[in-house]
Amino acid sequence: MDLTVLLVKGLIILVIFGITLLIATYSTYAERKVAAFLQDRLGPNRAGPFGLLQPIADAGKMFFKEDFIPAQASKWLFILGPCLAMLTALMSSAVIPFGDSIRLAWDGTNYDIPMQAIEINIGVLYIFGVVSLGVYGIMVGGWASNNKFSLLGAIRAASQNISYEIALGLSLIAILMMTGSLSLRAIVNEQATFFEWNVFTQPLGFIIFLTCAFAECNRTPFDLPECETELVGGYHTEYSSMKLGFYLFAEYINMFVSSAFISSLYFGGYHYPFMNAVHDGLTGSLGEIAGHNIATAIGTVVFFAKIFFFIFFFMWVRWTIPRFRYDQLMNLGWKSLIPLSILNVVVTGAGLLYDIKYTTWLIVVVMVVLALTSNARAPKSQAAPQRA
Amino acid sequence: MQLTNRSKQVSNKEMTMAEKMYLPSIVQGLAITIKHFFMKKPTIQYPEVKRYLGPVFRGHHVLKRDEQGRERCTACGLCAVACPAEAISMVAAERKKGEENLYREEKYAAVYEINMLRCIFCGLCEEACPKQAVYLRHDRMVPVFLERDDIVYGKDKLVERLDDRYVRMNSEVKATPTEPSLTKAAT
Repeated sequence: MDLTVLLVKGLIILVIFGITLLIATYSTYAERKVAAFLQDRLGPNRAGPFGLLQPIADAGKMFFKEDFIPAQASKWLFILGPCLAMLTALMSSAVIPFGDSIRLAWDGTNYDIPMQAIEINIGVLYIFGVVSLGVYGIMVGGWASNNKFSLLGAIRAASQNISYEIALGLSLIAILMMTGSLSLRAIVNEQATFFEWNVFTQPLGFIIFLTCAFAECNRTPFDLPECETELVGGYHTEYSSMKLGFYLFAEYINMFVSSAFISSLYFGGYHYPFMNAVHDGLTGSLGEIAGHNIATAIGTVVFFAKIFFFIFFFMWVRWTIPRFRYDQLMNLGWKSLIPLSILNVVVTGAGLLYDIKYTTWLIVVVMVVLALTSNARAPKSQAAPQRA
Repeated sequence: MQLTNRSKQVSNKEMTMAEKMYLPSIVQGLAITIKHFFMKKPTIQYPEVKRYLGPVFRGHHVLKRDEQGRERCTACGLCAVACPAEAISMVAAERKKGEENLYREEKYAAVYEINMLRCIFCGLCEEACPKQAVYLRHDRMVPVFLERDDIVYGKDKLVERLDDRYVRMNSEVKATPTEPSLTKAAT
């Protein structure tokens, strides 16, 4: 049985690895397609039907480019940079629960193998650790390039990631307090009923987390480390060929992982409304094992639908909001998000004292009221003088 | 001058609390972009779909034949003189006995070449021609060439084929002010 568990686990790890790469590959295609559609264009549609072979063509192009290492660059660190970025990006999907469990019958007993590479009780902490390591890839690469623009980009990335990690962690603490566990599976299972999804109990925390996730992924509106208008290419200015490809790829993997992370933390992971009824119906009609496995598969599909929505959301925001200025970024991070998330923790804690889950709506209501009154009190902007 | 009603006066007044939260305007922006996501795209898929470029478009050159199928060109060289890019060259020859059904005039162009890399499709040759022999088709473009040998178009590619006669359909529109509009009968 141990061997079977090992085999199934190995299979799950391989599948997750493959799916991560596949989704990252097609995220590049989706990014271009979504960008095009949002801008009233059609996007790539020449390579294969609907341009579906475009990522393969892109990868082929990347592989055949000259792999250039600048003469003054620190050679080993220059190579290490993209490797680190890729490694940390791929590692973080290990603890995400992609589904309930696969049920196997063995010697008359049923074994449930969770749909997850590894189930550890500090999953959230693990992801945080790996994600903070991710900034090393950018730092090392930017520094090793021996280029001032690269270094500036790397420094920006480092300070931005460190700043936003604080707010990210603090907004999560409220969830950890409610669940009482650092295990991602426990957090997902806590949200079994629809109105107990953390997005409903922690609306403010969700918005803070989402904002910080954008900053952690270096996506617009927080893509200052690689902003073309100021820094040429940012930390990957000097990179070419597949090393550049690795950096870009790591970004898309990070996007996938944070989408998965957001969906499992705030949107109930593989849960969906009336899940228990579906599960009971399937096990009733198809038998204990087949029914359970099919119910798991449905949950996984739902989970991936949530992930895809968030990947789309990442792209949607990218083509909507312009980039922040660096001081605005720092102001938003330190002066707004961190105090708000601390307030969120305090209010959640006070609510838990009296066993009320929805107390953070209080902050939201207060903020909406403040916003409305401030709008009402604001001096009416003068109507633009009509020029003849 | 006011072009649209959407322009807003820029002011540096302090932002209100609602504006400082960014979220309302972000939601507004997202709504606008998602609306565009579902809009009909104005793109025309070029090689598969070709749009009508109008009756005065200047495309592929054609050396016209008259209604009896004789070449109209008399190799006077006015087109070559008029050509600002010096793309046209020709060699004249005298019509022999028995060739009256091939060439309309007593002198004709034995060689007529247009260098398509030099041509700027200005249509001055069309204007200069006294015999209404050279035209720039409105319905066909010069195709992309892949070989250097394909650049210079000789008579084999320029002279109008009898099974593919060129008519400028809209008789109302004159391609150039000097050109008498062609009708089907005039070919």
